[in-house]
Amino acid sequence: MTGNFGNKIISWIDERYDISPLKNMLKHKKVPVHKHSMWYYMGGVTLFLFVVQLLTGILLLLYYRPGEDNAYESVRFIVTEVRFGWLIRNVHSWSANLLVLFAFIHMFSVFFSKAYEKPRELTWVTGFIVLVFTLAFGFSGYLLPWNELAYFATKVGTDIVGVVPVIGEPLKIFLRGGEDVTGATLSRFFGIHVAILPAIFTVFLTLHLLFIQRQGMHEPEHFKNLPEEKKKYIPFFPDFALKDLLLWVIVFNVLIFLALYFPWELGNKADAFAAAPAGIRPEWYFMFMFQSLKLLPAHILFLEGELLGVLFFGAAGFVWMLVPYIKVKHRPNWKIQPLTLIGIIIVAFIVIMTVIGYLV
Amino acid sequence: MRTRFFHVLIYFITISFLFGVNVSAQKENKTIQSPKEDHCYSCHKENDNLPKDFSENDIHHHANISCSSCHGGDPTSGDQEIAMSPSKGFVGAPKHKDIPKFCGKCHSNINIMRVFQPRIATDQVEQYYTSIHGKKLLAGDGNVAECASCHSAHAILPAKDPRSTVYALNVPGTCNKCHGNSELMKKYNLPSNQLEEYSKSVHGVALLKMKDLGAPACNDCHGNHGAMPPGVTSISHVCGTCHVSNMEYFNSTGMAKAFEEQDFHGCEQCHGNHAVLKPTDEMIGVGKDSKCVDCHSSGDEGYAVAEKIYSSLTNLKNQFSLADAKYLEVKKKGMNDVEIGFLLQDAKQALIQSRTLIHTFDSTKVGAKTKDGIEISNKAALLAQKEIDEYYTRRNGFAVATLVFLLVVIVLYFKIKDKEKKANK
Repeated sequence: MTGNFGNKIISWIDERYDISPLKNMLKHKKVPVHKHSMWYYMGGVTLFLFVVQLLTGILLLLYYRPGEDNAYESVRFIVTEVRFGWLIRNVHSWSANLLVLFAFIHMFSVFFSKAYEKPRELTWVTGFIVLVFTLAFGFSGYLLPWNELAYFATKVGTDIVGVVPVIGEPLKIFLRGGEDVTGATLSRFFGIHVAILPAIFTVFLTLHLLFIQRQGMHEPEHFKNLPEEKKKYIPFFPDFALKDLLLWVIVFNVLIFLALYFPWELGNKADAFAAAPAGIRPEWYFMFMFQSLKLLPAHILFLEGELLGVLFFGAAGFVWMLVPYIKVKHRPNWKIQPLTLIGIIIVAFIVIMTVIGYLV
Repeated sequence: MRTRFFHVLIYFITISFLFGVNVSAQKENKTIQSPKEDHCYSCHKENDNLPKDFSENDIHHHANISCSSCHGGDPTSGDQEIAMSPSKGFVGAPKHKDIPKFCGKCHSNINIMRVFQPRIATDQVEQYYTSIHGKKLLAGDGNVAECASCHSAHAILPAKDPRSTVYALNVPGTCNKCHGNSELMKKYNLPSNQLEEYSKSVHGVALLKMKDLGAPACNDCHGNHGAMPPGVTSISHVCGTCHVSNMEYFNSTGMAKAFEEQDFHGCEQCHGNHAVLKPTDEMIGVGKDSKCVDCHSSGDEGYAVAEKIYSSLTNLKNQFSLADAKYLEVKKKGMNDVEIGFLLQDAKQALIQSRTLIHTFDSTKVGAKTKDGIEISNKAALLAQKEIDEYYTRRNGFAVATLVFLLVVIVLYFKIKDKEKKANK
């Protein structure tokens, strides 16, 4: 009955807009099945969490009021008075963190399976840009509740931006909307978080998804080398999509669990004149950079340690974005190829620095 | 011409006046000697002959006031014969009976003292002679406390300095030096266990254990320089300095008059003096710890009032405790406790006010206040229960949602398996 009704709607649309190319694509799109197939789902989970962010963000927007005098109070109102407000806010906070986590997992899985190689260079580049904007979402959203911890973390974060030569200081003032973190910064971050970032993000995410749909799933080297009859595929629709859905339902259940049992603290309202509270730290995904900058000596040669660190991370990020264009000679004698080795070192560096950041 | 003459006259008078004041101030200040090179200090130090209790932190020493300012002599001379010659005004150590006047040379002179502290009091000596200590000293008693007994002679520190003998936390110990000496106190027919009693009291615990400088030390009730035990009529004024409402309520009742007639000691009658303990609700009513039954007995009006007041207080206390327990549960569960907290603050305020209103000995007034408190407590308890219920609703909701999700997962799983089976065929 439902199926018939669905078919009727599709026929109605098809009659008018001819969606046969889309139908064909869905019909013929295949996903390879092999021992590393699980990594194909990471992008889907990331996308799902983005949709959760979008929907919960819109709901929060109904009650959130930006501004020094209202932001904290409105978030407190959301979590205490608004029906299911606590759930929406906590799901938004948890989903933001899981989104970054899955985006990182997705990125490294693509890196280690070399899925960025020709012809998928631009998928990698757009993906990296989407990740950078995801982090920007995190950074700007962190300040919005206008609590003590977020206030001082934003102060430290924007101070780091100010270290960059030539453009650093103007960029810092632009981000803060003045010399210091004030209500003007909050309004600015709100605008960035709910209007500017979503607009740019949507463009790059759409491109990223279009590229994937156009080129299909990447087949790893060992799969490509298999004889044709041994290559196993499943249709993208509905088989793969159903598995995706299954995972999304589980992730959503976990999200609600986390929101209920581990709610995000609101803390005290930001006060520019109060002493900085103990334990100011950026969000966990910035921790490895923050900790590295902290460990650097005050001066390295003739440059300030912090400046060198910021420049290094900037350059490293840029090189990372251009990974598909870097050619490293294949070394048949090496058990682990040079790029893979670099990837392992990077992951180890991020994990170790993050752990140190939380332990010290 | 005439106007000019007046102007000149006014200028002349003004300048003469200012000059005159200046000269008189200089005259007054001559007692204080601050020589560039103080031979008293340097020689006595060199010969290791400084007074036993001398401290480098002494307030006079810090202010560069020479020994000669008190003891006379010529500090500019390095020759002992000249420096300590009676012809140079050397008086040596003062006699016990002369000490207040000795210190008063400067401390009773505002022209001298205002140089160091513009708003300092200069009536200490005057007050001292109105005290028991001062009176006995004048009568020739060689044991009573004078300035140096409390402040020390050569290690005097400002009262706000924690090292000072008269710093709030140190005052009980300082008074106890004499008042804790049973041999000495026997002569005056005084007890010597005041510090022991005070230490156990609500005031003593606050000051000595909790280091609350707002809590009263001996001098806050007895006065310091004019130290005197408060009389029967003045005792409620002494306590009322801090416990204002209690004093006002008590004084406006017929009970105050009755107490006076019976020669009862106001507040002290029920609360005690040095050993004043934290009052309990059981002090009111007709139970075994009640103070009311000391005078009232079953059948009289006071007895009935005491019973009513106790009952009102107990009701409020119980309702408050119930609400408070729920509030703690809400806090523990991490639910919204802000509004409940505010309500309980109001309820507690009502409880405190009710306890203060006991001193009106009017059961209607106490009853009205406790009624307010009970209503607020009930409101808080209701709100707390709502939050507790919400806590469980959320968990139950999650359980139901998980069940639904699990069903969806199972359905999807079988659907996928089914598809795989069909594909393999």
